[in-house]
This record gives sequence, structure tokens and C-alpha cells, in this order.
Amino acid sequence: MTSPAPGPAIEVAGLRKSYPSTSGTRPVLDGVDLTVPAGTVTALLGPNGAGKTTTVGVLSTLLRADAGTVRVAGHDVAREPDAVRASIGVTGQITAVDELLTGAENLRLVADLAHLGRAAGRRRTTELLERFGLTEAAGKPVSTYSGGTKRKLDLAMTLVGAPAVVFLDEPTTGLDPRSRRTLWDEVRALVADGTTILLTTQYLEEADHLADSVAVLHGGRVVAGGTPAELKAAYDAGSLDDVFLALTEPTGGTTPALDEEDVR
Amino acid sequence: MTAVTTTAPATARPRPVADVVTMVRRSLLRAVRYPGLTIFLVLGPLVVLLLFVHVFGGAFGAGVAPGVTPGAEGRAAYLDYITPTLLVLTVVGGATSVATSTAMDAAGGITARFKTMAIAPGAVLSGPVIGFLVQALAALVLVLGAAVAMGYRPGAGALDRLALLGLFVLLGLALNWLCVAMGLNARSVETASNAPMILLLLPFLGSGFAPVETMPTAVRWFAQHQPFTPVIETARGLLAGGAGPGGAVAAQAVAWCLVLGVAGWAWARSLYRRERRL
Repeated sequence: MTSPAPGPAIEVAGLRKSYPSTSGTRPVLDGVDLTVPAGTVTALLGPNGAGKTTTVGVLSTLLRADAGTVRVAGHDVAREPDAVRASIGVTGQITAVDELLTGAENLRLVADLAHLGRAAGRRRTTELLERFGLTEAAGKPVSTYSGGTKRKLDLAMTLVGAPAVVFLDEPTTGLDPRSRRTLWDEVRALVADGTTILLTTQYLEEADHLADSVAVLHGGRVVAGGTPAELKAAYDAGSLDDVFLALTEPTGGTTPALDEEDVR
Repeated sequence: MTAVTTTAPATARPRPVADVVTMVRRSLLRAVRYPGLTIFLVLGPLVVLLLFVHVFGGAFGAGVAPGVTPGAEGRAAYLDYITPTLLVLTVVGGATSVATSTAMDAAGGITARFKTMAIAPGAVLSGPVIGFLVQALAALVLVLGAAVAMGYRPGAGALDRLALLGLFVLLGLALNWLCVAMGLNARSVETASNAPMILLLLPFLGSGFAPVETMPTAVRWFAQHQPFTPVIETARGLLAGGAGPGGAVAAQAVAWCLVLGVAGWAWARSLYRRERRL
């Protein structure tokens, strides 16, 4: 399907982003550098408020950067946002489904918007319903689904257009262990197909299992990066938990307020 | 679970017309799944019509037409006078639903999903605009049917009816675009219908339920210079048939619709791309 583009799928250099606050502006991203090679999974780790969601927001064209360059799938997000949008799929923290429609109708809606054509759209819908174990629920209104089932539909909708780059913002938060495993399998299958994935997570175990590389975001910067094994070795730690704790100790003044990712 | 290998990637080429059709289809499908809003579009004006004709009409009718005696004759005269107003209010009701629907989409994640796809803002937003216009037009037919059942006899000829349809489509598009913007601008779904409430009140502060000549100077001045007075007068003239409305009044009505529609469209487009804190 998607042949990995030559060069990195995601290139971020010097990314800065501030939000207005009561006392002027509050920096959330303070010079983020990040490179994600095509066809790999990178996990963005960090404490609450580290700027993970803001990073995904800028990379997926929902937010504008204050400074820095961001290229996704070979296109600059500021200059060619529509070219970026045609290459990406995004599953945000808020489930992005139409509650009044059925699961199948939701998938067909996205297939139509991706211009797959009627026949291909139906094939793709059937295929994704099967793949995510949603065939039985397909004809029911989404408002009757459980949280986990909605989340699966959400991810299936993200994949309809076979995007080259997929952003998953805390995709497994609130999922039961079985659903979480299903999603991990799905991520591995996507990467085996050549898709590039950037996911944010608070579960270090998730990063350890899934990610080819990990970037730890803290105080608005990437404070460490590498494979999970490299990070553990570099910090002489038995688990990514220990690495995380060592790197993200509150340092007083430089830590952004903790509420950033709770605000819509 | 197996990997998928056979799907072509989404095309980067924009296809706005296809996207508009898709989004309108979604809006209508939502209306079928949740008919509450559509039923309210008919019930609201119907209750006002029954109340104003059968409770107030006997007395009010004598005030809107010269030589009419209170009672049954007054009711008939008032039915004649306010049916055009209620048709206009039906269109306004549709616009109110647009604001609520747009705010619901924005509060859930689905608007964010559309924003990360290569779809023109106009195509995304025209879904509820056209979808609720279709519903409002269907509601118009039912409200008009109810008025006819109550004894209303419009004198409109074929051309008048066509012009009337044109007027309501234009008004509906204008108000719906304005309400898309109001829905995007709302802080929450609960407050999304607050701003459009002003639109529901305006016909009362115009020639909707009483002739402007009977109002005190300040109110009269406002009534004569607000958009709904020429719109209602034009609808009234077209429904009555015969000479029809004055050309100047009709031109004012069309001009108001164009101004409100273009302003709403531009406002909605700028709000769509406005950053929303994640």
C-alpha cells in the first residue's frame, strides 16, 4: 500500500508554541526537535502537560507553530497543509465519531470524504469492520457502543484512506487489557505495511512493547531519545519507568503548568 | 487481524462538490436518525399559529385590517396576517438547529477529524446549512398546510409561489450560514442556541405580528430598519398574490439576505480554521 517516502516521515526542528495565559503567553513547546523515519513507530512520552497533545496538534495541522519547521510526509505543515492532510490519519484524545450514525455509515462517510469511490469505499468499510471485530456492531447506532468499541471505530475511521503517517494521541487510555492488545497488534500490522506511526502514551509498557524509538518530552523539549533499550542502558535503568522518573523530575520554574492537556 | 494491502491512498485532489454532497447526506441521515429536531421545526410554528389565531386572533384581527369586526372575522384576518410570519419563523427555527448541530460536532471530535482531512471548510460547513434548509422547506409545506386547514386561502399564482420558494431558500441559506458561525463561536452546546434566539425575536419586533405604524416611534424606527420586516412584507405580498409586494421592499429583502449570508459565510470560514485549544 503506502510505500515509505524516501527520508524521514516526520521532521520537526525548533518547534515552539505558546498559549495565551493570564500573564501574557505560556510556552508549551520550547524548541522541540524530532525525527521519525518512515515505516517506524515513535512513542512520545512525557508527564501530563509536557506538550504531547500540542505536538500532535501542530503536526496534524490543527494548531499553528509559533516558530520552527515541521515537515510531515515530505510536506511543510504551514505551507502545504492540505498535502499533509491528504497523507495523514489522526486519532485524537476525544473520540471522533458521529454518534447518530451506525458504525458502517461512519466508515462510509470517511471513505466518501477520502474519495475512494462507491465500490472501493464499501470494500474498505467491510474490510475494516472485520479487521477491528466490528462486523456485528456495524448496523447499530454508535451511541449504543461501549467506550472501547467507539475507540476501535475511531481508529478504523482514521485508517480508511490508508494514510502514510498516523498520529495516535493516547490511543489506549481507557481501554481494557484485551482491547489494548488488539490495538497493539493493529499498530504492528500497520507498520509492517510501511505506515509511519507517532503515538503519545502515558503507559511506558506500551512504549516498550511497540516503539522502535522513544522521545521523552519534558519542559517543552525532547530531553532524551533513542530505542527503549538504548534509553535503559544510558540511564542505567531496569525499565522505561525508571528512565521516565529520572528524566522528568519536577525542576521548579521550567515545568509548564500541569493543566495543559486537560483543557480542550 | 490481517494487514490491508489493496487500498489506494486518498487523493489529494480536492473535489468540493462531491464533499458537499457527502456532508449534506450525513446531515439528512442524522435528521432521519434523530427526528426530534425536525418535528420541533413544525410543532413550534404550529403552536404559535394556533395560539395567536384562536386565542388572540379574534381581538388582534380587528387591528390589522380596516373594517374587520372582532371575533370570527378577526380570527380570519389575523390568520391571513400572520401565516407569512410563521413561515419565516419556520425558516429561522431551521437555522437555530444549524447552530446546535454545528456546536455538537465541534464539541465532539468529529469536526477535528474533518479539519485534519483534505476537505474545504465550505464543504464541511455546507452539510448542516443545506441539510437543515431541506428540513425547513419540508416543515414550511406542513405549516402552510396547517394554515390552509384552518381556513387560510393564499391568492398566490404560480409565479408568486416560485418567487416565494426563492425567497425562503435565500433566507434559509443566509440564516443557516450565520448560525453555522454562531454554533462554531459558542463556548458549549448548551449556549449554542442563545445567539440565534435573537433571530427568533426579530420578527416580533417587526411587522410580523402587528403593523409597524401602530408602534411607538423608537420601536417603529427599529422595525422599519431591521431585516425581517422587508422579508415578511415580501412573503406577505407574494402569498396574497395580485399586485405582489413593492419592488423596493422585495429588493430590500433580497439585499438583507445577501448581506447576512455573505457575512455569515465569511465568519464561519474564519472560525473553522481558528485554533481550538487541544
